[in-house]
Amino acid sequence: MRTSSPLMTLLFGDFGSRVFYALLLAMLIVVPLLNLGVTETSALHLSTYTVTLLGKYLTYALMAVAVDLIWGYCGILSLGHTAFFALGGYAMGMYLMRQIGTRGVYGDPLLPDFMVFLNWKELPWYWLGFNHAAFALLMVLLAPGALAFCFGWLAFRSRVTGVYLSIITQALTYALMLAFFRNEMGFGGNNGLTDFKEILGFDIHLASTRIGLFVASGIALGLGYTACRAIAVSRAGRVVQAIRDAESRTRFIGYRVENYKMWLFTFSAVLSGIAGALYVPQVGIINPGEFGPINSIEVVIWVAVGGRNTLYGPVLGAFVVNFAKTYLTAALPEVWLYALGALFVVVTLFLPQGIVGLVKQLLEKRR
Amino acid sequence: MSKPLTSQPRRTRGWTVLFAGAAAALALLLGGLPAHADDAASATETEAVSAPAAADLAGILAAFAAADFSTKDQLISQLATLHDPRARPILQALLDGHLETRSSDGKVFIVEEYGDALKLTDPLTSTAAGDGKPDDFERIRSNNALRKTLKVAIAQLELADTDPAVRIAAVKQMRRDIDDSTVASLRAAFGSEQNPKVKHEIAVALALADLAATDVDARLAAVNALDGEAATDVYNALMPLLGDADGKGIETDPKVRAAVIAAVHHINLWRGFYQVLDTLFFGLSLGSVLVLSSIGLAITFGVMGVINMAHGELMMLGAYTAYVVQQLMPNHIGLSIAVAIPAAFLVSGLAGVAIERSIVRFLYGRPLETLLATFGLSLILQQLVRSIFSPLNRSVTTPEWMSGLWQINDLFSLTYNRLYIVIFTLLVFGALLLVMNRTSLGLKVRAVAQNRSMAKAMGVRTERIDALTFGLGSGIAGIAGVALSQLTNVGPNLGQSYIIDSFMVVVFGGVGNLWGTLISGMSLGIINKLLEPYAGAVFAKILVLVFLILFIQRRPKGLFPQKGRAAEGH
Repeated sequence: MRTSSPLMTLLFGDFGSRVFYALLLAMLIVVPLLNLGVTETSALHLSTYTVTLLGKYLTYALMAVAVDLIWGYCGILSLGHTAFFALGGYAMGMYLMRQIGTRGVYGDPLLPDFMVFLNWKELPWYWLGFNHAAFALLMVLLAPGALAFCFGWLAFRSRVTGVYLSIITQALTYALMLAFFRNEMGFGGNNGLTDFKEILGFDIHLASTRIGLFVASGIALGLGYTACRAIAVSRAGRVVQAIRDAESRTRFIGYRVENYKMWLFTFSAVLSGIAGALYVPQVGIINPGEFGPINSIEVVIWVAVGGRNTLYGPVLGAFVVNFAKTYLTAALPEVWLYALGALFVVVTLFLPQGIVGLVKQLLEKRR
Repeated sequence: MSKPLTSQPRRTRGWTVLFAGAAAALALLLGGLPAHADDAASATETEAVSAPAAADLAGILAAFAAADFSTKDQLISQLATLHDPRARPILQALLDGHLETRSSDGKVFIVEEYGDALKLTDPLTSTAAGDGKPDDFERIRSNNALRKTLKVAIAQLELADTDPAVRIAAVKQMRRDIDDSTVASLRAAFGSEQNPKVKHEIAVALALADLAATDVDARLAAVNALDGEAATDVYNALMPLLGDADGKGIETDPKVRAAVIAAVHHINLWRGFYQVLDTLFFGLSLGSVLVLSSIGLAITFGVMGVINMAHGELMMLGAYTAYVVQQLMPNHIGLSIAVAIPAAFLVSGLAGVAIERSIVRFLYGRPLETLLATFGLSLILQQLVRSIFSPLNRSVTTPEWMSGLWQINDLFSLTYNRLYIVIFTLLVFGALLLVMNRTSLGLKVRAVAQNRSMAKAMGVRTERIDALTFGLGSGIAGIAGVALSQLTNVGPNLGQSYIIDSFMVVVFGGVGNLWGTLISGMSLGIINKLLEPYAGAVFAKILVLVFLILFIQRRPKGLFPQKGRAAEGH
């Protein structure tokens, strides 16, 4: 590999990445073609619903990659990562709410419907600026990033590790969920933000807009994946893995463990925020339920099922588990929680390396 | 013209029951009294209208039917001076409009409506006398003046009661609407009263009456007498003397005004004191729930170091056990709780042992994996309960002795269910402490937690101890579930709502420290309740969570970290 350029090594250094890039590229080309290029009567036609579903999975996959970066590579098990996902989602949701303008039920040019309903007279200060897409985009990055930075700065400096960290991340997202449920917060309370009309001037319900969002999610996943891989194979990435394997030893060698952890955690949170921001326009709603601690744990199981410490494994896991969820909750709603629960137990007991690990084992046996 | 105080009928019923015994005994002693009474009634009927001469109860009663209001007034006074225990319910019935005459024979009954019929009670024997149709009866009417006489008469009877508690209740009742007639009977009672407590209550009542006196000295004396009293009616009587927003109704004399201000100030101090006490008690009861739900975790997480995310679901199993036990014995609600506690301990404990043997033991030393596996298990348990019992909430009936209030004084009362939760928590905690510190199992548990290989070398079967410890923690969770079933609805999500709180309590208290768990749970409960008036319930909870997150950053080992060798294991 040393003969090729660093970029080529980064992108196609291992077999899993090559497969990932190939499949992602294929998906980004084939899905729009099947949706827009094929007539609706054809058997090959892909409905807009399916496109949106796949787009949703792509954002989940990005989130899973972000979690794998800190869990698989640094051993930080965050049970509160949906907090960052939801914050990014809320930032996007606020932009989309401001875009509704006079088309809301109450027709108020400035205030979203729920504020009119609550008899608010003025837009709260933290809603200002969200009518500009650029500002909203900045907030998508900044809000989760700032929270993660503050949290990481406090937690990693005082060397909160392992299970304790997991529990307080869960408490963090739980506290945020409770907070966002309150109407006084000004984020729509229980109902959250919904009833979006358009994004960047495009009608959000149009098939072409959905395709655009799908492609954007795919590109975000590709870029996010590449960034995570770049970090993983870099010198800093090796330090991070050293921290995972022997934290004290790494510290004694002279590395500032808390700084590595803090920045990695923040980057992972920003990626989650981007995933959340892409998720919201596709599903058309963001509510406090997205902060739920259960959701965070579900993300962890995607990573575990796919195979952590690989980056492409979590992408696979996100697709497999969510496809199963979509299928089972519709066909056999009773069975879904049994299946999910069993998945947790089976994967942790018998498949510590996930599906990817299983495939690797089988391939090695055949040799 | 409306009915008197709504609380009266209920009290009457209690009294009827009480007097039934006494009256029955009396009837036995006198023998054949009812027959004699009937004779007397018919004999005196004609005279009664003009001059009620009949001195006995039956005669007076018979005279009521035909009497006009002024005659009734005399009859009532006579009844009150009879010193007959049967007179009291009759007067009460007359006051409530429950005293009626049968049209066919003119006999008087105490009636109680139920459905379309009337339930009859013979006032002379205080025994049930069958049912009747409302059309066959005519109510013995009263007017405002008569009702006043009745109240005075009843109060006089009660003030002469042998039970001091009844006398106090009577005085307090009379304090609600004081007029000249009540004052007169109170003054009379004050002279003859021996019991200091009753005497004090009467003094307060008289002082309340004197607040309206025209004489300045009398008012001043009254206010001074009331200073130090904290009862609500005293407060309500004193407050108007300070004047409303426009200064209307203000006390004119400066001396009296100063005394009123001082008295009200004292009352406010008492009120503030009891308010704090109330908040503390609420905090303690919330803290007890927290301690109960996390104390099992203090064993599995604190002592063994196992992250059991299914802990909440083990509580849920306990709560459902309480529900099932109650379904099995629907006629013994109180007993079912007593049965449910050991049953829940067994169910959850066995479930815990099963979990330990089948999942957790393969994952020792890998806490994050344990967390995920037990979380999966919690999902399965939730869905299992949904499949068996339905996703809807089930309600467990609270036994009667657990509902209601314990009224300590006018300003302060404790609800029984909260009180019992606090006591129950302390009992469970004490029992657990005994098991851990005084039994051979506890010794082995601590030995394995401190140094597994050394314990093994000494002959402790560590695997068995692991399973038992996990079972113990889980069983305690089951007991907590029984307690929770009395406070909230029993549903599949019962456990989930407690799991984060439970972990926070254990971590805050210091892992592996039972006392730490107790103190942290109680203090978090109190902090939460102290914040609630200012921040609201949800925001108080958020603040506590944020406080905990920050606290763990400062002191990752909690309030009471383990020291020495035990600390190395974690």
